[in-house]
Amino acid sequence: MRKEPVVADRDLSAAIAVTRFGLGARPGEIAAARGDPKGFLSAQIRPSGADQPRTNGETSAQRIAGFRVYQQDKRGMIRAAGDDTPVADARDPVKIAQKMLRDDVGTDFLARAQLGAETEAGFRERWTLFWANHFTVSANKLVTATVVGPFENEAIRPHVFGRFADLLSTATTHPAMLLYLDQAQSIGPGSPAAQYLSRPRRGAGAGSPSAGRKPAGLNENLAREILELHTVGVDGGYSQADVTEFARAMTGLSVGGFREDPEMLGRPVFRAVAHEPGARMVMGVRYAPGGKEQAGAILTDLARHPATARFICAKIARHFVADDPPPALLRRLEYAWAESSGELDHVARALIGAPESWAPQPAKFKTPYEFMISSWRATGGAPRDIGRLAPVLNAMGQKAFSAPSPKGWPEETAAWATPAALVQRMSWAQAFSEAMVRDRDPKSLAVEALGARLSPATATAVARAESRAEGLALLLMSPEFQRR
Amino acid sequence: MTAHLSRRRAMLAAAGLGLSVDLLARPALAATGDLANRKLVVVICRGGLDGLSLAPPVGDPDYQALRGSLALGDDALALDGAFALHPALKSVHGLAKAGQARIAPAVATPDRARSHFEAQDVLETGAAVVYGTSSGWLNRAVGSLNARRKVEALSVGPTAPLILRGPAPASSWSPGRGIDAQARLPSLLQDLYKDDPVLGPALARGLATETMAQAAISGPAGAGGTSGMMASAQPGSIEGYLRQGQEAARKLGGTLAGFMREPGGPQIAALSLDGFDTHANQGAANGQLANRLGYLDAVLDGLYTGLGSEWSNTVVVVATEFGRTARVNGTGGTDHGTASTALILGGSLKPGGIVGDWPGLKTAALYENRDLAPSLDMRALFKGVLADHLGLDRRALETTVFPDSAGAPPVAGLV
Repeated sequence: MRKEPVVADRDLSAAIAVTRFGLGARPGEIAAARGDPKGFLSAQIRPSGADQPRTNGETSAQRIAGFRVYQQDKRGMIRAAGDDTPVADARDPVKIAQKMLRDDVGTDFLARAQLGAETEAGFRERWTLFWANHFTVSANKLVTATVVGPFENEAIRPHVFGRFADLLSTATTHPAMLLYLDQAQSIGPGSPAAQYLSRPRRGAGAGSPSAGRKPAGLNENLAREILELHTVGVDGGYSQADVTEFARAMTGLSVGGFREDPEMLGRPVFRAVAHEPGARMVMGVRYAPGGKEQAGAILTDLARHPATARFICAKIARHFVADDPPPALLRRLEYAWAESSGELDHVARALIGAPESWAPQPAKFKTPYEFMISSWRATGGAPRDIGRLAPVLNAMGQKAFSAPSPKGWPEETAAWATPAALVQRMSWAQAFSEAMVRDRDPKSLAVEALGARLSPATATAVARAESRAEGLALLLMSPEFQRR
Repeated sequence: MTAHLSRRRAMLAAAGLGLSVDLLARPALAATGDLANRKLVVVICRGGLDGLSLAPPVGDPDYQALRGSLALGDDALALDGAFALHPALKSVHGLAKAGQARIAPAVATPDRARSHFEAQDVLETGAAVVYGTSSGWLNRAVGSLNARRKVEALSVGPTAPLILRGPAPASSWSPGRGIDAQARLPSLLQDLYKDDPVLGPALARGLATETMAQAAISGPAGAGGTSGMMASAQPGSIEGYLRQGQEAARKLGGTLAGFMREPGGPQIAALSLDGFDTHANQGAANGQLANRLGYLDAVLDGLYTGLGSEWSNTVVVVATEFGRTARVNGTGGTDHGTASTALILGGSLKPGGIVGDWPGLKTAALYENRDLAPSLDMRALFKGVLADHLGLDRRALETTVFPDSAGAPPVAGLV
């Protein structure tokens, strides 16, 4: 007989529901979960998906169109300036435009952080953040920076409790992803577009076969990352040839530009002339010649591949429960995935229903974003100023919307619980507590924030603090608040 | 060209006969007694740095045609008839001309999956296969050294690189604001963390390093200009910080040098730079890769200048998880490949040409008709540095630091 893990009592379960599955407790939240901790979480699962942050409402198409106009203006200005390169100047229109583009990023990120701090559905938001990280688009290029926010709102949030196949298809063919992983420029080498671009030209550059010509060919970046990071995983049984074939199948998927129907500017387009003709073999399956259906069929098969379920369920378990999750939990999640053909609301319910998810000892160390959001929640507040939020996240190593790679932010304790990071957290907690504590009693804030998870040692330290601010800082830095 | 290349081809042929780079071995390093002063810095370039751009094989007859729009010509900084350095690597070139920098132009880890993440894991764990172990090889090297003499290790940046994760204690430091030494919170927290196996030791190290940072930033080693700027810098990630310009990169190197010159400061340090994943618009002498290489060069220059006389006790290894495709892809960039170039720098490097062999760029010589073929196991390079420079014995290297690496004997004769 398999031994059931120790299941926590109801007070502890309420604290775990809010702090481990959610984003940390706001005052009163643990009490609200106490009647039915599991029900408190499952009530947050809904078919319409996650909440939308209150942004300025611009779509990714509008942002990309704005960026294209900026690029055109910039080129125009540089040409007009001739050899006299304009000096950096606060009135330089290029600089002003760049600042406006960066401001978009700040606005989007602040809106998301406010939603995280204020939401009553912390689990729904955490589940969403997991998927946003799984399908990372990073602000490492100016153009992608302006669309990370809209990407999450358009491609991720509506689908987080729907079919994984829909989430996969929407996220990987969204213009933000196409631009981030260079798919937008990829052209089938045997396509009519490639033939056209490689024709000999008259005039400048004639005679020199490569002079002045835009490259026209394959880029395999997105195809590889879909296989490795978004679906079957690096051990999923694909080869270099599968990567290349999948990249060929995806040629033609791009983002509308100025030469197309103005309606399509900044929107996903399929350019049949750039698509590599022919049938494809990917992971042992033959795909008939076709247009965008070819990539669509491959994505559908990848979504239902057993390796995909295995890879992603393990990632969910690592995110919510432990860096090294119990095998029984993995089996439950995979079973729920298989039995529902990848319906993510089923998988979310399986996560909540698994006794392993409720182990009393917290095993996960909060990322800087989770730490800051949970600190805001503990005080019942929310961030209002991106100018204060962004530099701190930078210093803690989690720059806003800027995961270091398509793999997203790391998950494991060893990556985040470093000497430098703890010093940064301590400095921030000190300043934050001084600004936020006002006349509140840190002892009761500690009980509200951690409930039955509050340890006697932390309770004593908070009670003995010399000032209210010191008491709150000790709470935020306590071993149990740093974990979830 | 090309005595060098033909000699290397001959060596390659010899390697094919089962003779390895060990042919160059010299008698074991005499015990000099100054091992305690020896310093090692490992710089990891993340994203798969294109070795053929870092150190272009300008003398290889197939280079220009194969690299097309990415090929460097007269603008590259010549090393010998066969190889040059990217024009952004001016300081590295100066060191190379003084015999204090060498290249390993076809080096790779044992991993062949062309996944950044898997390859970085293998590069940093030092295992023969992915997920072979969960600690980093530099951490295990520190552990082995600590058995004989006290060695301090430091990573720069807010997150801990895998290479230094593991049982041996390591500090980390990140540019940012200092702490108030008079405040009560640090000591209260140390009390609260006393039974916490992770947070307790980490905070203690963080506080100690922060104290040292004040000296490192304002001390004589930082005289190259690290004072002021670093102390007043906005808190930020290393990458965000570097984007502020080459001067910031130079100061980062200078500050790390300052740490390493402090009494009780680290002898072993790890630093990661990212942004080397160049799938599109990679650029040749100018462009996005050139900018990244410019930062790398400035960090190394800051380190060299800041270390001053300690440079002669220092070896710096610059490595990446894999190289890129030999040919340009359809979007003016390169895709994930196999072998890349490593840099080895230091004040007491032994003279010599390239480290390892040059497989050449003939189509038949390419790995899977696509990438530069590896001729040297990355672990052999790291092992050579650890053995010759830090005095680690071969047994520790093959059992603890790089398990299952008997097939990759240490490169000899580096220092």
